[in-house]
Amino acid sequence: MPYLCGEETVKELRRCLSNPHVQADPLRYRNTILRVIRAMSQGVDVSGLFSEMVKACATVDIVQKKLVYLFLCSYAALNPELSLLVINTLRKDCQDTNPMVRSLALRNMTNLRLPSLVEYVEQPLTAGLKDRAASVRRVAVLGWAKLHNLQPTSEIDATVVNELYNLLRDPDPVVMVNCLRALEEILKEEGGVAINKPITHHLLNRLKECDIWGQCEVLRILQRYQPQSEDELFDILSLLDSSLVSPHPPVMAATLSLFLSLCSGLPAVSLAALERVCGPLLAACGSGSREMRFTALCHIQLLLRSVPGLMGAHYKRFFCGYAEPAYIKQRKMQVLVELVNDENVIMLLDELKGYCTDVNTDTAQAAISAIGRIGRSYSDKCFVILTGLLGLKQDHITSAVVQTMRDLVWVCPQCSDTVCSALEGCEETLQDVQGRQALLWLLGVYGERISSAPYTLEVFIDGVRSEASLGVKMELLTAAMRLFLCRPAEMQDMLGRLLHYFIEEETDMCVQDQALLYYRLLRCGTEETRKVLQGRRSDPSLGVLIGRPAEPVSQWACSFNTLEPLTVSAVETEPSSRGSPEHTKPKTDLSETLNYSQNENLYSDSPGRCSESSTNVLASSFVAPLSLSLSPAVSPEEFERLWLQQQTLHTEQGAEKKEETDDSVWVKESIQCSTIPHCSPQSLQAAMQLVNIQTLAFTPPNTLPWRVYLYTHTQHMSSAEMSYNNSLILGELLYTGGSGGEPSTAEGEDGHVTKELEGTAEMGGWGNGKKEQVKVTLKQQPRDDESLRGFLSILTTVLHTLSSERG
Amino acid sequence: MMISQIFILSSKGDHLIYKDFRGESSSDVVTTFYQKITALTGDQPPVVMSHKDLHFIHVRHGGLYWVATTTGDSSPFTIIDFLNRLSSLVRDFCGGLSEKSVQMNFALIYELLDEVLDYGYIQTTSSDVLKNFIQTEAVSSKPFSLFDLSNIGLFGAETQQSKVAPSSAATRPIQTSREQGGKQEIFVDVVERLTVVIGSNGVVMKADVEGEVRVKCYMPSCSEIRIGLNEELSIGKSQLRGYGSSVRVDECSFHQSVKLDEFDNHRILRLCPSQGEQTVMQYRLSDELPSAPPFRLFPTVERDGGGRLLMYLKLRCDLPPKSCAINVCTSVSVPKGSLSLSQELSSPDQSSELNQQSRAITWRIPRFSGGTQLSALFKVEVPGLGPSSMMEVGPVCLTFELPKFTSTGLQVRFLRLTPLQPGPSQRWVRYTTHSDSYTIRI
Repeated sequence: MPYLCGEETVKELRRCLSNPHVQADPLRYRNTILRVIRAMSQGVDVSGLFSEMVKACATVDIVQKKLVYLFLCSYAALNPELSLLVINTLRKDCQDTNPMVRSLALRNMTNLRLPSLVEYVEQPLTAGLKDRAASVRRVAVLGWAKLHNLQPTSEIDATVVNELYNLLRDPDPVVMVNCLRALEEILKEEGGVAINKPITHHLLNRLKECDIWGQCEVLRILQRYQPQSEDELFDILSLLDSSLVSPHPPVMAATLSLFLSLCSGLPAVSLAALERVCGPLLAACGSGSREMRFTALCHIQLLLRSVPGLMGAHYKRFFCGYAEPAYIKQRKMQVLVELVNDENVIMLLDELKGYCTDVNTDTAQAAISAIGRIGRSYSDKCFVILTGLLGLKQDHITSAVVQTMRDLVWVCPQCSDTVCSALEGCEETLQDVQGRQALLWLLGVYGERISSAPYTLEVFIDGVRSEASLGVKMELLTAAMRLFLCRPAEMQDMLGRLLHYFIEEETDMCVQDQALLYYRLLRCGTEETRKVLQGRRSDPSLGVLIGRPAEPVSQWACSFNTLEPLTVSAVETEPSSRGSPEHTKPKTDLSETLNYSQNENLYSDSPGRCSESSTNVLASSFVAPLSLSLSPAVSPEEFERLWLQQQTLHTEQGAEKKEETDDSVWVKESIQCSTIPHCSPQSLQAAMQLVNIQTLAFTPPNTLPWRVYLYTHTQHMSSAEMSYNNSLILGELLYTGGSGGEPSTAEGEDGHVTKELEGTAEMGGWGNGKKEQVKVTLKQQPRDDESLRGFLSILTTVLHTLSSERG
Repeated sequence: MMISQIFILSSKGDHLIYKDFRGESSSDVVTTFYQKITALTGDQPPVVMSHKDLHFIHVRHGGLYWVATTTGDSSPFTIIDFLNRLSSLVRDFCGGLSEKSVQMNFALIYELLDEVLDYGYIQTTSSDVLKNFIQTEAVSSKPFSLFDLSNIGLFGAETQQSKVAPSSAATRPIQTSREQGGKQEIFVDVVERLTVVIGSNGVVMKADVEGEVRVKCYMPSCSEIRIGLNEELSIGKSQLRGYGSSVRVDECSFHQSVKLDEFDNHRILRLCPSQGEQTVMQYRLSDELPSAPPFRLFPTVERDGGGRLLMYLKLRCDLPPKSCAINVCTSVSVPKGSLSLSQELSSPDQSSELNQQSRAITWRIPRFSGGTQLSALFKVEVPGLGPSSMMEVGPVCLTFELPKFTSTGLQVRFLRLTPLQPGPSQRWVRYTTHSDSYTIRI
């Protein structure tokens, strides 16, 4: 805090400084100067003492010199004329025999930041570049950068630039690194220092001489280098390998950055580098400095975006320490959620459960929402914990739990029964706006299954006059409307009162308008109202598998080792859970309807992978475009029901009969794609979603038999009738490993009756003896051969593309 | 990638040190920083904050804010590591890290900053190089005395017949040794941090040790030291040496100045230490401690008829009988709304209290010998205590220090100096383990 008595202090100090007795006594003089500097760093404006301090500059005492220079550099800009007086002393010092004095003078000469002094500074700087002492050269090199930035418009002397390039070969590594820094600033307009092959190799060879700060600088600048051949690239990479696992986090991070930029075209090498860097990053996560821990955590989150399971085995390292600050705990929980798998889920949930009762409410709420995120894949275990937490009857916990349940039910509609039974009675503990909004949304959407819903709403409606939050009012209105649609007898009176109050007495325009809208809607009849209000109960874009698709490394490589990952509040993996979930956009809008013809191009890009005849058949049969879409969503239960029901029908009825019975068709097919079963579920899912095929369930990669279930809707324009034919396709991919050689026998043993469609019979080649085949079983309802063939070829293309990527 | 300004603030926001390296922004940013840091809400991470296009990065050491301002593309690893290094340099040169020592040595710190950074670029942080440039003498906040035993600190001041270095011994400025011909001393500290989670069934769910070997050197003319570690030390999971209780670590890394030619066969580290403190070796051990974790808890928690919470805690110290734990502080979370506490403790030097803000009972045990057991009975008045409130009881967290003890068993066999020092020199080896996070679920 600035001293209030600043003026007094300055006066007193001036008196002291100009006192001849003080000046005569070196120790007192130095102490007075110390007091000036102390006042300066405390924020007192001591610029008035400039002329006195200039005089104090002429001394042999180095400590005093340093102090005076510190003062002068801080205030020179305010007193350019007086500063001229110092220059002579400084220039004299530049000739001193002591290199420390020379470097000190040179550094401060350039730190004065006065354009008027440039002409006096150039000569000593030129001399400084050739000084015997490395410490002077270090200062001189950076001095040129300072000088250039003082007059950015003026032309920089080409001889100086040449000299700086020559000094890259200076024996002192700091001089070399400073040259890079200076050239980087001086040549900013031209894109910085030129990084060509000789310079790169020179820098790499001398990397080990530099201290860690120098190494970081060199590694950063080398990011601009483009190796001329693959051999050179791999030479560089192997040279840098030891830095990648450096125990110093700055070097490790700078090296990884360089790796990622060099290998931007080689995703496999990048991924290998990420795996290699895990050890040092984890070590940084356990560093004694909490700031370092935080930085490492934020960067681990980046890595996990591309390799979701990367540190799964080390999940215990991310357990929160008792005394860690809340911001670290929250990041750790975000990481833990990413690392969950079948083996560790029990331990992980147990640990997270412990955090839910944390004293810090932010930590507690973060833990609850982390459990909710895990609940998308392991809903039963999580609901036990969440409902248990409601028993605590604490407002912040209940609020977080209700919000989490709302978000969870939006993506896992099958959990709604558990939620409905858990909700009873929690309105008493809910205090905050977000929690009550979440409760109201749930009451509106699932009101018919919660027996006490109208009574809960009644409490809200009775208290609406004292309700302050706009959000709660809006949510209350919608909830009351929705509940009225399914339970009119109980709700009619209440809804009437609410609408009346909102229309007649509410002052907020938004609420009033909404109420008026609903009122008019009701006058059109309940059916109309139902159409408007009975919206989705679940996110249409999501199936059972909630793992995020792996992002390519290039998505985040440029922000690695910058401040960005630390300032972003969190790696957002889901729409913000503040409002009602239906107000957030579904994720797959972009590719909602993808035209088939694009896929046909893709298909023809990979000839030779499919037999000639099938291409012909397919090509000829497609005249009308086919589009796939994911909506309406098929829930896993529904999928299971349809799938199994048909299979039993199969076995019971005759082969010829079964297509006609319910207008559906079964097809078996096999596709050659050797590496698909080793593919990560995330990339498969991402690839499928790109063409609007939803994957519902997976076995983990590399297990046998390997299965994937998927579905999509086709929309196909029939050329004859000029009308759209819609159908639903359910499918199973099956890979049984080497034993899949003779499918026809296996089929017989299974007892499944299938009829292969004409035309597709030759397509895959059941009997060609290849081992690496994926069996595809499809069910279409209603039957539409053309679109089924279209779908098959899309699927084939996707699988081939994926397996060629792997290969 | 450069640092624009460096400043040091006290926890109350007093400006202690301010240095501008590039003249790109004014000193008002110091006030801006303090306003921002005090206005942060709970879930905002404080390490990096932005104001217009300026970014503040700070670390906390010795109760002070060490702040650097920089541009957005800077490496956070570099700047945070640098700020940490800067604070340890200040500690080495000033002999301690506190608001007072920074205030008294501000001239020295400015000198340091001048040499460490030029135009915002890091030049060197090696104390060996820097000590040639630093002219100001450090002002020690307290006179150094070997007999200053009043301060029972990190390393414990238990005086046995053997000599034990007091905790304050190694907190003095490195420079005085030169001027005043101070004691020629070298300290080798093996410091371990223990992270343990024990489940409610008594099973150890997680046990991690992060350790380091630190050398503090106050010897101007020391050319090389040799530190011999346990010969049976093995590194990594697969490697097993000899029989019985070998000392094992999972990963270790060394300071770049350490020569490892004798490490593989004899477990000897060779290095030429710079003056001041440096971490020579870092290691970690996950999941398998060579011995039982130092504390076990046997809790009984129940409600009595009158709505009171009864907790009977039996705490056992599983250290070897000769070792002991000091400054043990056990903290038990209790349900929200707990009003008052009555306790029965087994000896008068223990104490306990209920902190309503942090919703916890703290039970302090100044000294806890290995192989013994202590118990305590707490009765907590909680209005509206329900069955579900029991979920809020626990976990129990312990903080403690274990002087002269390493949980991995890592020991220094010998410490040799070459060439032999002319004058009297003293070599100290100290061991300590402290708790990073020691949690026992109920």
